[in-house]
Amino acid sequence: MTAIYPKLDAGGNWRSWTPVLELATREVFALMLQSSLATAPQPCVEHSVDITAIVGLAGCVSGAISLRCTMASAALMAGKMLGVNPAEAGPEVQDAVGEVCNMIAGNFKNKITGMGDGCLLSVPTVITGTDYNLQSLTCSTGVEIHLLFEKLPLIVSIRVHS
Amino acid sequence: MRVLIVDDSSVMRKIVARSLQQAGLDLTQVLDAGNGAEALAVVRQEKVDLILCDINMPIMDGLEFVKQLSGLENAHGVPVVMITTEGSESHVVQALSAGARGYIRKPFTPEQVKEQVLPVLARNP
Repeated sequence: MTAIYPKLDAGGNWRSWTPVLELATREVFALMLQSSLATAPQPCVEHSVDITAIVGLAGCVSGAISLRCTMASAALMAGKMLGVNPAEAGPEVQDAVGEVCNMIAGNFKNKITGMGDGCLLSVPTVITGTDYNLQSLTCSTGVEIHLLFEKLPLIVSIRVHS
Repeated sequence: MRVLIVDDSSVMRKIVARSLQQAGLDLTQVLDAGNGAEALAVVRQEKVDLILCDINMPIMDGLEFVKQLSGLENAHGVPVVMITTEGSESHVVQALSAGARGYIRKPFTPEQVKEQVLPVLARNP
């Protein structure tokens, strides 16, 4: 997988990352879940999603990539990855969402010239529930994409410390 | 064939095992471990014919595991294929320098697993 996409921009041209993040996400779902994602016709309602996976970035870029969705879509992801009925995925639902986020983060950074070598990924963290705020201790900026997985909302974002 | 799959994700370990079966490997036993330290403990006690290993894992990562594996007498010649989200050239070079025989980037298809693993096994009869 050759990095042919935007260079790591010291000036902070994060908007150019939006199509790369979307492509990285679509590739993970196509290859690992045999699923085609649709573009959400309007931004997903944030309080409708109740599971969040986060992978930290450290190095030439510091921040985090997150994947937010509903428990129903998380179970569907786990079911597709394991080849089982979503209702049978059980405790592996969180593991599956964390691994999908991990693959999106890795696939994304490998497409940004200069980021593959210079940026490390953390192991994923998964949060369930809706009643939380995620705040960085430093100023941050980034991009967010809204997609539909089997008609269910999926929000993928990257926040970087500016 | 006895295979050891090392990944901190249990879902990924199952996907890798399924991909190996789809590649046509006759898996008599699938052993697994959640990090490099656990994997070393498995290798000290069990004979394995092939190891597939992630890089980013807690406690002991995959590169350190491969380095320490080379010091185990009963692991001599056991081929290791890395299977990881870390796709940069420097990671590939580090893994191969440490002793890995192949490298698969996540996300992957079963065909990519087959294309990487079968030649490694063919060179290691």
